[in-house]
Amino acid sequence: MSDASIPAIVMEGVIRRFGAFTALDGVDLTVAQGERIVVCGPSGSGKSTLVRCINGLERHDEGTIAVNGVQLDGLPRTMQRIRRDVGMVFQQFNLFPHMTVLENLCLAPVKVAGVPSAEAESRARTLLARVRIPEQADKYPSSLSGGQQQRVAIARALCMEPRIMLFDEPTSALDPEMIGEVLDVIVELAGDGMTMICVTHEMGLARAMADRVVFLDAGRIVEQAPPERFFSAPESERTRQFLARILRH
Amino acid sequence: MRRRSADGHAPAAFLWQALILIAVLAGGAALVFNTLDNLAARGISSGFGFLDDAAGFGVTMSLIPFDETASFARAFVVGLLNTLLVSVLGVALATVLGVAVGLARLSPNWLLARIAGAYVETLRNIPLLLQIFFWYFAVLRTLPAPRGSYALGEVAFLNNRGLYLAWPEAAAGWALAIGLCAAVAVAWSLRRGRRGPAAGAALVTLAALGWVFSAAAWERPQLAGFNFTGGVTLIPEFVALVVALSTYTAAFIAEIVRAGVQAVPKGQVEAADALGLNPAQKLRFVIAPQALRVIVPPLTSQYLNLTKNSSLAAAIAYPDLVSVFAGTVLNITGQAIEVIAITMAVYLSISLGIAALMGGYNRAFALRGAAS
Amino acid sequence: MTGWLRVRLFPGPVNGVVSVLLLAAIVWAMAPVVDWAFISADWFGTTRADCSGAGACWVFVTARIGQFLYGFYPETERWRVDVAALCLALGLAPLFMARAMRGPGLVFGLAFGALVLCGMLLIGGAFGLPYVPTRRWGGLMLTLVVAVVGIAASFPLGILLALGRRSRLPVLRGLCVAFIELWRGVPLITVLFMASVMLPLFLPGGAEMDKLLRALIGVSLFAAAYMAEVVRGGLQAIPVGQYEAASALGLGYWRSHALVILPQALRHVVPGIVNTIIGLFKDTTLVLVIGLFDLLGMVQAALTDPNWLGYSLEGYVFAGVMFWAFCFSMSRLSLRFERRPGVGQEDTA
Repeated sequence: MSDASIPAIVMEGVIRRFGAFTALDGVDLTVAQGERIVVCGPSGSGKSTLVRCINGLERHDEGTIAVNGVQLDGLPRTMQRIRRDVGMVFQQFNLFPHMTVLENLCLAPVKVAGVPSAEAESRARTLLARVRIPEQADKYPSSLSGGQQQRVAIARALCMEPRIMLFDEPTSALDPEMIGEVLDVIVELAGDGMTMICVTHEMGLARAMADRVVFLDAGRIVEQAPPERFFSAPESERTRQFLARILRH
Repeated sequence: MRRRSADGHAPAAFLWQALILIAVLAGGAALVFNTLDNLAARGISSGFGFLDDAAGFGVTMSLIPFDETASFARAFVVGLLNTLLVSVLGVALATVLGVAVGLARLSPNWLLARIAGAYVETLRNIPLLLQIFFWYFAVLRTLPAPRGSYALGEVAFLNNRGLYLAWPEAAAGWALAIGLCAAVAVAWSLRRGRRGPAAGAALVTLAALGWVFSAAAWERPQLAGFNFTGGVTLIPEFVALVVALSTYTAAFIAEIVRAGVQAVPKGQVEAADALGLNPAQKLRFVIAPQALRVIVPPLTSQYLNLTKNSSLAAAIAYPDLVSVFAGTVLNITGQAIEVIAITMAVYLSISLGIAALMGGYNRAFALRGAAS
Repeated sequence: MTGWLRVRLFPGPVNGVVSVLLLAAIVWAMAPVVDWAFISADWFGTTRADCSGAGACWVFVTARIGQFLYGFYPETERWRVDVAALCLALGLAPLFMARAMRGPGLVFGLAFGALVLCGMLLIGGAFGLPYVPTRRWGGLMLTLVVAVVGIAASFPLGILLALGRRSRLPVLRGLCVAFIELWRGVPLITVLFMASVMLPLFLPGGAEMDKLLRALIGVSLFAAAYMAEVVRGGLQAIPVGQYEAASALGLGYWRSHALVILPQALRHVVPGIVNTIIGLFKDTTLVLVIGLFDLLGMVQAALTDPNWLGYSLEGYVFAGVMFWAFCFSMSRLSLRFERRPGVGQEDTA
């Protein structure tokens, strides 16, 4: 097992290609334990690929990735070990439509971590209360609103008690009036000291929770800085252009 | 108001329907009169009275006692039972094989996926009748005589007279049933965390199964003279038909399974991966339940196809419904209309019955409302 | 290449072992097959004495290839079958061409003309061609006749049945539903038995009816029911707006279907239609149970020739390869059709 001195995530020279297109073009990134990072950048810059490489949903072609000191080698056993420590929230929620909210939450703790089902259920109900939808436990996902579904998805990831949480554009598929309720939950989580990496276009979220903002363009990290410096005094021209476009509205 | 068209105006619509009805009735009447004329000319009486007459022929395989003195009605039952036996066994084997091949086609192992693909493309593009002939005439009929049987231990012998299997004695059947019940009890107790009863039930299971698998409980085929006696004998026609039907249908089921699994959105698989489920858990808890909804309706229609295709038995003289009833009985009695009508009615009621069940299944899932 | 091998065959230790075992199994299983079918096989000769017995005796097939292809069609007249096949191929080719759907009337007209011409060539009795009775037809030629006539008859009939099933006239709809469900609910073999023993009873005065014609009627009605269900699927996929737009333009029932609805509906269901055709093609083998000798029937008959006993494997492999080649190429053709841009996709929005 890893201790606090080992960085949560170390990526070195990570390259990922899709045919002729290079999604990640030599990414170096180290994330300390408990650090909260917001990844932003124009669409197609490789943000999603970056987080998806961390839990192995996407394999990387070159370079190394270590999560809590464990190297990603593509072997099924390693992947499962890493995924128990890494929770993920998707843009499209990806709740299991054939299970109730409670079943969605309890599936992995019971089947993967071997938690007794009574304990998993009480853990699930606590988390549902934390994301402020305790009353939806026995409903099917299709009867929930988008914002509620995403909060269930966050609770589902937390239910495995991960040490790292990945968010892949968690609010992009939501109607504007539901974005707030999901952001509130994420910001609240950030106060708990969990390692978090969040891909988002919500610059407000970056200001509210991030220790560091990483700006990605064309598969490379162009700039990384604490939010106050990132927004007030960006160094790179491309960062300035991006911020000008995204903050104009 | 879906369509406004030529058939939308009331008087015209009425006229059209009346004309169609008159035409159909007139055509039907003409057929009936012609048929009655022809039957009279050939001296064939119509009606179902012939069913009570003595059949006067024997069959090579029957699940119920049957001999020459039994009635044509009993011959019908023999054929029907043989059809059902082949269909049920074929459906079971085809499902197991089809699911395995379908999943293999999706395997990340390139070689395995290609072998499964080759299986599907070969089997489903060759006529079933040809495959039945192949298994019957080219494989089973060319096997050695009983003395040179292929043997699997002392429990199965395969030769040109058929497949001979050891069969549990009646007592072993009971022991097996007790063992299975005890095994269910073990699983049930363990689920509820009751160790004591589970251990007791496990002992019963072991004892029962131990006795069942001991040699004493089985009646084994013995070579006596030129043939085997004892155990259970599956005639080559039956074996060929079951093998051909299940391997052929499995190719179609494999495609249905593959399509069903692929219909599960990619995000579902990723979510399961991200939660750390292993491949087996992923399949069981996430993919299978969602894929099944897509799979079950076309799967049912493959089961029906298999049942209907079992009628090809007639070509290798396996005594199924068509072979015995629409073949032998029709030839003996000449009651073409009655015999064909009964035969068709049987298949039609099986088809419509299953279709009604399917409708119920679809409505039940529609009610659950979990859209995917 | 090595990267490909690593990922596709050896992604992990378990998979690596599986790959090696599978490879070994393939070699173990295929080596005797290849040896039997090619290396030790005998290809040339005229009698079974020309076969060494070490491998396949393809002499059995080559010696009888004429019968397998033409049945008992008189040898001096077999050129007519070849010409008919050519004529059919030329007549049907436009159906598979890119612009076929732009001028369907002409294309279907040409195909129909080719069919009639083929029929006249094969039957004869006119234009100085001697008459060849259908009982002399057989082999692959008969297989193709049954399949092509079955398709040609079931396609229009299936469309009419599908339209009838969606009609607002309850009597018509009821009759079509009953017809479709009856044929789909029973096995083809019972339909053929029925056509074989019951059709003669239906005719006035005990008139005789050609055996092939009886089989063709049975096969066509059977296939029409399946075709109808495929076409109905296509009709259901057409949005209500298309019907409304067609009638808003003042098109009546038949013209709105012919010009607007059916062209779209049929494009949607090309794969289903091809599947039905492949099924029909395989099902033609069933005519042997009522005493017609299609390709499989000829092979089956040849196997009982006392001079050639024991070559069933060769016979079935030959027939299997022939059927497989036809069915597999049809399914590939339909895939191409599906992928062609503009066909089946342009009207989904």
